Amino acid sequence: MSGSATSLTDLYRQTVLSHSRHPHNRRRPQVYDLEAEGHNALCGDKIHVYLRLQDDVLADVAYEASGCAISLASASMMSDAVTGKTVEATRQSIDDFLTGLSSPQTGKLEGELAALGGVRDYPSRIRCATLPWQALCAALDAVQETVTTE
Amino acid sequence: MNSSVNHPATVETGRLLSPPGFDVEAIRRDFPILHQQINGYPLAYLDSAASTQRPIQVIDAISRYYTHDHANVHRGVHTLSHRATDIYEGARESVRSFINARSTREIVFTRGTTEAINLVAATLGQRLTAGDEILISAMEHHSNIVPWQMLCERKGTILRVAPINDQGELLFDEFEKLLGKRTRLVAITHVSNALGSVNPVREIIASAHAHGIPVLIDGAQAIAHQSVDVQALDCDFYAFSSHKMCGPTGIGALYGREALLETLPPYQGGGDMILTVSFSGTTYNELPYRLEAGTPHIAGAAGLGAAVDYLRQVGMDNIASHEAELLTYASNALSALPGLQLVGTAAHKAGVVSFNVDGIHPHDVGTVLDQHGVAIRAGHHCAMPVMERFGIPGTARASFAFYNTRAEIDQMIDALRLAIRMFA
Repeated sequence: MSGSATSLTDLYRQTVLSHSRHPHNRRRPQVYDLEAEGHNALCGDKIHVYLRLQDDVLADVAYEASGCAISLASASMMSDAVTGKTVEATRQSIDDFLTGLSSPQTGKLEGELAALGGVRDYPSRIRCATLPWQALCAALDAVQETVTTE
Repeated sequence: MNSSVNHPATVETGRLLSPPGFDVEAIRRDFPILHQQINGYPLAYLDSAASTQRPIQVIDAISRYYTHDHANVHRGVHTLSHRATDIYEGARESVRSFINARSTREIVFTRGTTEAINLVAATLGQRLTAGDEILISAMEHHSNIVPWQMLCERKGTILRVAPINDQGELLFDEFEKLLGKRTRLVAITHVSNALGSVNPVREIIASAHAHGIPVLIDGAQAIAHQSVDVQALDCDFYAFSSHKMCGPTGIGALYGREALLETLPPYQGGGDMILTVSFSGTTYNELPYRLEAGTPHIAGAAGLGAAVDYLRQVGMDNIASHEAELLTYASNALSALPGLQLVGTAAHKAGVVSFNVDGIHPHDVGTVLDQHGVAIRAGHHCAMPVMERFGIPGTARASFAFYNTRAEIDQMIDALRLAIRMFA
């Protein structure tokens, strides 16, 4: 059982709260090459990810989303983290993030994403953090149907 | 004396003004689970609409059954089988008496409300044909929507939905307009789990009956919160779950008017629902056994029987009165918080408050409250069409039972204040 006050500020760190209040790249772009939707049936979180490719690089990563602070912050940080990366490097980032959340021993959350580490102590909230990344993965795979974290 | 009106607020905050003879602290002592710390705070369990907790009397009844009395029912020649049968059938009689059914033949044990509704959809639904209509309301739980949608897929029947207003009340005139020549059943909730609205079920039933249409009431959210008299209601089916009335999970009941149950084909096939089986043909058992195939949840019935006895001892009028007071107290306290909107403000409500806080997703509200020992539900409450109606992804929902106190509501309000500061 987690101690309440410290653990709560560990989940909702300032970086997380700041991204959730003002999510970066939250928009529907005019032009995009790939897209995918993600849906968490448990809490109703929804995200639609749009990607624009320039050669093999993610030139623009945007999304429309409605959801909790954790999912919005995760989407915002994700868009910052992978914009400008190659598809291959992005896939590596997705892997690193998902591993970093599920197994803190072997994985590591890079840069700002470390602020989402508090989610590990809240099993019911991990899916909130992973949803945008799964939608990103689905977009790269050009999977058209809605992915779900259920 | 059981007054159903709210008592004047002459008590200090955090203490409950109870109906005479109603001692909430004594009641709480019967519920072992309530006495624990969650994340360093005393547990404030405000999620009884999802599932109530159980008094020790229910836990003991189940334990006693398994310790001393277990065997299969309706089969054995031996003593334990007789005892198990007596306990199982005794629970049926307790349930009959609790809802004032005419006969135990009208009480069919199921796995819960969901199975009870599915039973009606499967059996009564079997004789429907394409173009026949089922009428529900816009405030139904998924369990009173999806079985009918599945029936529509199988049979080509049509699902009609009576609308609700912005307060979460059924639009009765619109409901009446939807009662038509092809309406074969009205299936409607007694109390909305997401909004707390109490439907005018007597009027609904009378109106449907005037057209010769039978009515199923989803009583999951009503059964433990007010007295239910199926004869006074004059309903044709009434479905409810044990776990929402202080009994164990995995059991519930379908009340069905005997004359109507008699006309239903069997639901599932198997043991207990037959009289004779041969490869040339099978004869079915009488009611209610015809609709209960297989070895039932005997321990569940033992617990449900004890739960009914417990509720009767506390008194349904006392329960209704205490919960009405908690609802008023909570609604006032919540409304006073900045940026808080109540969702569901029907004139006639049960002990359920759904709400949203500006800038804070219900899921985050739920997590912050949990960290302060307060258990509420966050999300769509298995009523996604209701959320769609109000244009919101979900709500935070606090729901009350007779073992709750004002102090627990105060604990929730304090945690909400902190959440508002944190996310502001």
